[in-house]
Amino acid sequence: MPSTPSAQPLDAPPSLPPLLICEHCDTLYKPVALRRGEATTCLRCGAVLERARRLSVQQQLALALTAAILFIFANAFPVISISLEGLSNAATLFQSVQALNHGRITPMAAVTALTIILAPLLQVTLLCWVLVFACRDQVAPGFRLCMRTLEHLRPWSMLEVCLLGILVAIIKLGGMLDVHAGVGLWALAMLTVLLITLGGREVRYLWDDFDGRLT
Amino acid sequence: MNRLPYAGEAGLLLCHVCGRACAQVDERCPRCYGTLHRRKPKSLGRTWAYLIAALILYIPANLLPVMNTQMFGNASENTIMSGVVEFWEGGSWDIALLIFFASVVVPCLKFFALGLLLITVQRRSQWAMRERSKLFRFIELIGYWSMLDVLVVALVTALVQFDSLSSIEARLGILFFGLVVVLTMLAAMSFDPRLIWDAEVDDDRASTPGPA
Repeated sequence: MPSTPSAQPLDAPPSLPPLLICEHCDTLYKPVALRRGEATTCLRCGAVLERARRLSVQQQLALALTAAILFIFANAFPVISISLEGLSNAATLFQSVQALNHGRITPMAAVTALTIILAPLLQVTLLCWVLVFACRDQVAPGFRLCMRTLEHLRPWSMLEVCLLGILVAIIKLGGMLDVHAGVGLWALAMLTVLLITLGGREVRYLWDDFDGRLT
Repeated sequence: MNRLPYAGEAGLLLCHVCGRACAQVDERCPRCYGTLHRRKPKSLGRTWAYLIAALILYIPANLLPVMNTQMFGNASENTIMSGVVEFWEGGSWDIALLIFFASVVVPCLKFFALGLLLITVQRRSQWAMRERSKLFRFIELIGYWSMLDVLVVALVTALVQFDSLSSIEARLGILFFGLVVVLTMLAAMSFDPRLIWDAEVDDDRASTPGPA
């Protein structure tokens, strides 16, 4: 894990966006400067308006690169393995997707692939791409497209549900067979935490950082 | 009356992609080039369509088996509810409850909540607006956890493949159930929570005519 000292200055002083609008009720606000850990909530509908930035661009990049490595581990190694009377079997995430890929159920294999493999893969890749350039104070080529894709991917990335699903599957099969958690499961668990940290709103601050410098 | 200003009244609207406050006259956000809408386009019609489609598919999702289990020569077909009952009777009441919540309570709550939001918005109701806003955020937050059952079936099917000894196969019910989850997610995404508050704005405007 990265340990960037918190005293390190940001690349540029955080510029306040001119106005804030609540996305849930359209109420207009003047933004206030937030300190670490603080958040503003909408007085009308109670939604969170804005959270203080928790991670610097460097910290985000470090976490995104970690997530990329974890993604490889989570997909290359089986998440669960079982054994029954001398026979054994293991399943990776991709094999789970393939298990649904037969007959009329095939569309579900596509949905599953999107939610547990494709969406996280794209999230990690795009985050790394955008942040590598942001770290050098540059706007990544295709910045707008990357950021918009990230925004649209967010609801379809379901690693946390997958994690719970794996636990349920372990308990479900545990009654009849010997079940072991695989290396992939640990990587997946850590990847999930990282993607929740990064995939949320944190990356949205880049829009404000580069405001006026996008060509 | 002294109330909080709406962005619409200041001639502004929110870009949904990058969160910038844009002028209403702009067609595209000057920062991210995203298309700007005052409200999500055709929000009510789209939400109704997704919701009704999901409701219809929810019937076969519950009636058809989702899984076929062959264990040492014994074959059994499980629907979503019979899977829950099996866990309950097997003593794993906690897992039974978890699956029951993810596969039954969450979708039903979503149907009910979205239906309620759609009807109240269409009637321009000013009842419990803040609470309805919170309800919407709540169902958006919990909605995708319904995918749990689909993923469990995928994992278990991938694992238990010992040819003659025992095997598990996914059945058609899981397709319908997965589609229900996807459709309810699309329904929630098409709903624009700002419509809840529009009832208030237009009422004010009717009494004090201002810029359209």
